Amino acid sequence: MKRRLLLLTALLAATAQAQQTIYIPLISKGFQHQFWQAVKAGAEQAGKDYKVRVTFEGPESEAMVDKQIDMLAAALAKKPQAIAIAALDSKATIPLLRKAQAAKIPVIAFDSGVDSDIPLTTASTDNRAAAALAADKLAALIGGEGEVAVVGHDQTSRTGIERVEGFVNRLKAAHPKVRVVTVQYGGGDHLKSTEVAKSMLQGNPKLKALFGTNEGSAIGIVNAVREMKRSNVTVVGFDSGKQQKDAIASGAMAGAITQNPVGIGYRTVEAAVKALKGEALPKAIDTGYYWYDKTNLRDPKIAAVLYD
Amino acid sequence: MTTLPFSPAAMQRLLAFAGLVALVVVFSIASDNFLQTDNLVSILQATAVNGVLAIACTLVIVSGGIDLSVGCLMTFCAVVTGVVLTNWGMPLPLGILAAIATGAVCGGVSGWLVAQLRVPPFIATLGMMMLLKGLALVISGSKPIYFLDTPGFEAIAQESLLGAVLPALPIPNSVLILFAVAIFASWLLSQTLFGRYAFALGSNEEAARLSGLQVKRWKVAVYAVGGAICGIAGLLIASRLNSAQPALGQGYELDAIAAVVIGGTSLVGGRGSVLGTLIGAFIMSVLANGLRILNVPQEWQTALTGIIIVLAVYLDILRRGKD
Repeated sequence: MKRRLLLLTALLAATAQAQQTIYIPLISKGFQHQFWQAVKAGAEQAGKDYKVRVTFEGPESEAMVDKQIDMLAAALAKKPQAIAIAALDSKATIPLLRKAQAAKIPVIAFDSGVDSDIPLTTASTDNRAAAALAADKLAALIGGEGEVAVVGHDQTSRTGIERVEGFVNRLKAAHPKVRVVTVQYGGGDHLKSTEVAKSMLQGNPKLKALFGTNEGSAIGIVNAVREMKRSNVTVVGFDSGKQQKDAIASGAMAGAITQNPVGIGYRTVEAAVKALKGEALPKAIDTGYYWYDKTNLRDPKIAAVLYD
Repeated sequence: MTTLPFSPAAMQRLLAFAGLVALVVVFSIASDNFLQTDNLVSILQATAVNGVLAIACTLVIVSGGIDLSVGCLMTFCAVVTGVVLTNWGMPLPLGILAAIATGAVCGGVSGWLVAQLRVPPFIATLGMMMLLKGLALVISGSKPIYFLDTPGFEAIAQESLLGAVLPALPIPNSVLILFAVAIFASWLLSQTLFGRYAFALGSNEEAARLSGLQVKRWKVAVYAVGGAICGIAGLLIASRLNSAQPALGQGYELDAIAAVVIGGTSLVGGRGSVLGTLIGAFIMSVLANGLRILNVPQEWQTALTGIIIVLAVYLDILRRGKD
């Protein structure tokens, strides 16, 4: 009897504990890509460190703005203590975020901002600055002049637009002799990006370098250069992944920009926890970006932000 | 009515082929970089995956069905091969067999849903598409699987057996596989009982049933053969990328169906050819390649492809109206 009572108390205590556990859902832009898996890993790590319960979900493709709104609504219905969102559309989520605000649920934005002051902070990569760094590195690699082209991953998403603009504008401003002859999009799909890059190389025989704005785009360029045996073309990529790391190690790719996806996930959950404790947050948390190439691929600081 | 020198089906193929030639001529005039051996090889290679998927669709479509799952089935087969070769360390032939067998089984299940449970093909294969998309992510752990431990795997699509014999013709194996699949499917449709029954199912299923055809069995067979061909497409894309990318695949079915209809196969069933589909697939890749070489903005490439698809089908309707 005594034992049973003890068990019951333990059970009750456990339930009480579960009720007290802070719940923070993260609504992401996707979950399939390695990048999002790394963000998720960072969020889960922070969940462990701060003893909060974290969930991570997102729609199947970055075009599904409506599906993401449904996910956000469902997450809010669970009455979480705080919520984090990587908005696919910078305006579409605002009505729901107002609801969250009215219910006094702190909102943290990650990866992409929202056109509103409801999110207490935004933990993201400065994509324009990151792509500008790629432009500087690429210009230096080809001696400051010549024709270059861009394989983009998305024509409408914020990261897609900002990376292309950041790259193109930086070249115009700082490297006027480097000319972007064409920008085409492969949807981040490895095979389509390969075909896109091959046609670009074929149509522009004087191309000295290509920039791919995410993993699939960059790998597509590497495939295209290999298949067309144009090894004199300089390739600059974005993000990581095993194939991109291997291409850099082998010299097929000159280098790439990496974000800090694990950091994005971690800092997002950390910010939510701080908000719940009533601590002040900066308006933006720059989670950082780095240039990596053959020389620093194994540098522990770089290796920590790369993923397979 | 005057007698045509060709059968109506041959006429349609001729029309599609004339369209293909016209595109090649236009692009050759517009850019010096288009009509070069390297680029023609690139176009052939770019057609391989879509061409094989479109052939799989052709078989199902002439039988009066549709298969929306071909893109995701391709990916699923690629992932299964990745698991067999990389995670389990099995020898290459088993990986190849696994892809084709997986394709045949999944296609067969779709066929069974359609034939036995009478689920409309659109719904059955839509369900299959989502199921396979999810399963590909599950069994791969949402991560790409690489074929670094199986050096021969890359050769399936990328190396050139023909180029080793005839250095002047460096045509990658993926293209040879595309042609082999086309010849096989064409033979299947035109020379065998399977083909005759597939057309019979597509033109009048009730009549086929009344004349004693075992409709259910042949339907399952059509979807299963289509699925096996998707397995070959899975091998091609995985070999080309030297990795099985679990998130790819959705959307490929639309390109495949577009190639089928440009090639003159009727979506209602009962009429179509593998040769037409092959021409349709080439029209799509020539268009994509040429427009990119001319640095035409992406949005216009997509819009133009849409116009071409509708135009091709409209021309077909016009011509058949005259018959």
